[in-house]
Order: sequence, then C-alpha cells, then structure tokens
Amino acid sequence: MNSDANPIWTLVWTFGLMSLFAVGGANAAIPEMHRVAVDVQHWMTDKQFADVFAISQMSPGPNVLIVTLIGYSVAGVGGALAATLAMCVPTAVLAYYVSRLFTRSSHSRWPAIIQAALVPLSIGLMGASGLILALTSDRTWAGALVTAVSAVLVFATRLNPLWMLLAGGCLGFAGVI
Amino acid sequence: MPPDSPTAASPAPDIPTSTPPGLIALFVAFAKISLAGFGGVLVWARRAIVDQHRWMTADEFNETYALCHFLPGPNVVNLSVVFGSRFRGIPGGIAAFAGLLGPPMLIVTILAALYAHFGEIDALRRILAGVSCAAVGLLISAVFRMMMPLVKRRDLVGLVVMAAVFTAIGLLRLPLPAVLLVAIPLSIAITFAIRRRVTA
Repeated sequence: MNSDANPIWTLVWTFGLMSLFAVGGANAAIPEMHRVAVDVQHWMTDKQFADVFAISQMSPGPNVLIVTLIGYSVAGVGGALAATLAMCVPTAVLAYYVSRLFTRSSHSRWPAIIQAALVPLSIGLMGASGLILALTSDRTWAGALVTAVSAVLVFATRLNPLWMLLAGGCLGFAGVI
Repeated sequence: MPPDSPTAASPAPDIPTSTPPGLIALFVAFAKISLAGFGGVLVWARRAIVDQHRWMTADEFNETYALCHFLPGPNVVNLSVVFGSRFRGIPGGIAAFAGLLGPPMLIVTILAALYAHFGEIDALRRILAGVSCAAVGLLISAVFRMMMPLVKRRDLVGLVVMAAVFTAIGLLRLPLPAVLLVAIPLSIAITFAIRRRVTA
C-alpha cells in the first residue's frame, strides 16, 4: 500500500479502523491482523506472527496486547504505543457514550436483539482465528497434535490453561514440535 | 430536634454495595486484575469487582459486560472504561483504562524488545513454536465453549451465520470490514424477523 507513509500513521489508521470492526473482542480480529500484517503490509512473516501470538498469550493482560507486539515490530516503542492506543481508544470512547445512552433508556429491546445477532458472528470470527493460527503455528503433525490435545483438555477439564502453554513450551524446547 | 440531625448528615449512597472507588483505587484495582489475568482477564475482573471490592452486584456486572461484549473492540478494555466512568466520570474511565493497559503494556514491550534481539536463537524459536501450538488449542477450546449454547438450543440460524462468517474470513480470507458490513445487517434483520414471528 502506501509504504512511503510514516509507519506510525499506518499503524494508527490500520488498527483504529480495525478496532471498530472487532466484533467479539481482540481474538476475533486476529484473521484481519494476520491479513494486514503478513499479506498486505508485509510487516512480518507467518512464523513471526505465530511467535507474536504465543508471546501475547504468555503475557499477563488482555488479549489485545498482540497489537502492541505487532506495533513494536513495525516501529519500535512508538509503534507499540500507537498501535495499542489506536486499537483501544476509539471503541473505548464509543463504549463510554453507548453505556450512558443505555443507562438512560434501558427499556428498549434492541440491545438484546443486536446482542443475539452478533454472538454467532463473533464465534465465526473466533473460529476463523483458530484456523488461521493453526495453519501458521502447526507446521508439523506433532504441533497439530499438541493443538488438538490442548483444545480438548481445556474444553473438557478445569485444568489451568497455563499448564498447556508450559507443556507446549517444553515439548518445543525438546525439539518434538 | 437538633439542626445536625443524622438524616441531613449522611445521604444514602447511590450504590448499595460499597463506597465508590476513587481514581487511584480504580487504577490499582485494574492493574491488579490485568496482571493476574493470563490468557483471559474477565474472570479476574469479575472476582475483583463483584467478590472482593463489592463495587457491583453480579447482575450489574453481567449487564455491563453484556453491553461491552456486543460493542466492537477489546471487551475488557471497554469494560474498564464503562466501569470507571460510572463511578468517577471521564477521569475514572481513564484511570481504569490506564491501570488495565499500562502495566501489561510495559511488560509486553519489554518482551517485544527481547524477542527482537533474541528471536533468532534456536532454543527460543523452538519454545515459542511449542507455546503457540498450545495457545491455538486454548483459542479453539474457547470457540467450542461459546458454540455449545447454540448447539444445545438447536439454533440453526445462528449456526449457519457462524459457519458463513467462518468460511468468508477463515477460508476465503475476505477483508473483515467488507464481511461485517454484509453480515451484521443481515444477522440483525434475521434475528428481528424471527423474534417478531415468535412474539406475534
């Protein structure tokens, strides 16, 4: 696209716009992040995108911090700050005004309808995130098996998900994946 | 009756649960929530706001979260702003926002710098590859967990909408704005039509 432009502004513009379409939260926007960062802007490779996702999952804090990592890889600390604020501020302002609106008139049935209509959308988006991340992360059959086992265990048991990340890291270090 | 009667001295607070938090309390509470939340902050937000500080009842929390969930953007970030501003206006929203994002952003930025320097080291590459395989599994399990209510209700329309969005974004790799500009109005229209038929 416009590669001569200041990368900070490209980050602000990209993530500011993306945040308004992030129905269902940051994880639902991962396919779009991947499309923009890897395919359109060539900010990072598939492998780097998978790494960045792994780091964001290992760190404390909300999932949205994956954009901090993407921003850093594009333009250092300034990029990290710009990308994070661009992803968070526009929708936070929107949320502030909408919440004030709804506390005044809470009898409308539109919130319930909109919510019911958006839930399947956001599940579809999260599913697409899962697929795209699986395709970028699972480069071997052992890797795909780790993904499947961790999905099943976390779904079916009350095991702390951090154990899965730890086990994945150990298997990776051992060279299994 | 003396002029300083107790009825005039202490007006009843609007929130029956507890005293409203100040700006610093909001910042600290959300920083703690955020730093405790590995892989998902919501559980910790509920625990701190409802159980620990009693700033909201469970129902109030659910309503606030539902509102933030159907708005676009990172849900917990939206929640922090809505929550903070409810108690202390715009400064409260900013304090909660800064508490939630500031400290973990610092950590992630340090990790990003380390990755930029040491990302090519073979052992680290292997560890990250393993972690990301497991992390994808966590995401997929969250998808199944969210899908279960639709499956249990036999919500065929919802499942079709879900599959259509999955195909458009995951398989066809279409741009998100284009897909949503079609899918959101369509899904709202279908939901509205079904509810009207049910109630009529």
